[in-house]
Amino acid sequence: MALSQADVLAGLKEIVEEVAGIPAASIELDKNFTDDLEVDSLSMVEVVVAAEERFGIKIPDEKVTDLATVGDAVNFIVNAAK
Amino acid sequence: MATIKSSKGSEAQIVSVGTFRPARLVPNSEIVDRIDSSDEWIQQRTGIESRRFAGPHESVIDMAQAASEMALKRAKLTIADIDTVIVATITFPYQAPSAATALIERLGNPKAAAFDVGAACAGFCYGLGMANDLIRGGTSKNILVVGVEKISDFTDPDDRATAFIFADGAGAVVVSAADHVGIGPTIWGSDAANRDAILMEPAWTDYKKTPQSTIEQLKWPNIEQQGQTVFRWAVFEMSKAALRTLEAAGVTVDQLGAFIPHQANYRIIEAMARQMEIPDSVVIADDIKTNGNTSAASIPLAMDALLEKHPELHGSLALLIGYGAGLVYAGQVVQLPPAPK
Repeated sequence: MALSQADVLAGLKEIVEEVAGIPAASIELDKNFTDDLEVDSLSMVEVVVAAEERFGIKIPDEKVTDLATVGDAVNFIVNAAK
Repeated sequence: MATIKSSKGSEAQIVSVGTFRPARLVPNSEIVDRIDSSDEWIQQRTGIESRRFAGPHESVIDMAQAASEMALKRAKLTIADIDTVIVATITFPYQAPSAATALIERLGNPKAAAFDVGAACAGFCYGLGMANDLIRGGTSKNILVVGVEKISDFTDPDDRATAFIFADGAGAVVVSAADHVGIGPTIWGSDAANRDAILMEPAWTDYKKTPQSTIEQLKWPNIEQQGQTVFRWAVFEMSKAALRTLEAAGVTVDQLGAFIPHQANYRIIEAMARQMEIPDSVVIADDIKTNGNTSAASIPLAMDALLEKHPELHGSLALLIGYGAGLVYAGQVVQLPPAPK
């Protein structure tokens, strides 16, 4: 099922807010998970698994380190869901 | 053809718990320089503030003996009453005979049935499950189940992935025949596709193949771990296994007094509790914060610490789940032992 960038961003905002307690309003495409949002590697694993379940996709462990920004994650999920 | 007689036992329960914690408390400040880390970083990622390391003259058997003697005393039994001893460990430094036979000799009942369980951090729950079934099958009446590790002997103090996690200690429980169900069904299994997520290599035979090698040339079999793979499996697969364990016992999460998972990492414990929607009324074991990850010993150590802090939980229901290298796991709902008299 094709997903729009806006849908994925909205879903990801909810997940990051729930897992890491970061207000959804501060989560934007250009934000870096580690440097801007202070989502550490373990919280990132929780975000990834929640995203897999929500969007029906797989994000392998070796890909997780490539997802530096929220935009990287959104693009990966949009492409994986095509 | 003659018919074969069968044995039938009874239900079983944990009647006591005993522990041994090495005296040497090692704060994060003693670990951080060699791994270029900080107290804050370690606490944030694992919840660990300190851990205990055994001294050079404190062996796996010394620690197991001390924990066992405490458990026996609290159960008001002697070693002569024990017919079976199960020791869970991955750090007894001899291929054979087993740690369990060394322990029964030391405790003074060299005739008891004795064997080791190699299920890493799940070893205690593997042993407890077998103890329950041995009593239910009529093979044994009183069993000592011991989890013991001296992982400091197998940890590289320069390994940034493991040096701050692991610790030493021993915990033991006495499991005895009972007139009610004190230990629920064991839910267990493996995920051997992730066999390399936690490793202790090389094989002993590698030393034999290259006899000219020194220990410096061939690495020592220290524990190695792929933290994120283990975290993902632990949080998401183990919370499901834990819920299956509750279902098998016919107990709902709000009926628990305590949740005592393997003390691997407090972040894993918190994330599991979130996944499982454990209510605030359930006390969650957090022994890892001050005593580190003691592998097979962590559940009985955490159980004893929790009962000391919350004596009202003696006799209440607890969910146990152990998981570790293999990857392997096992869980049970148990009735916590009564307060020692």
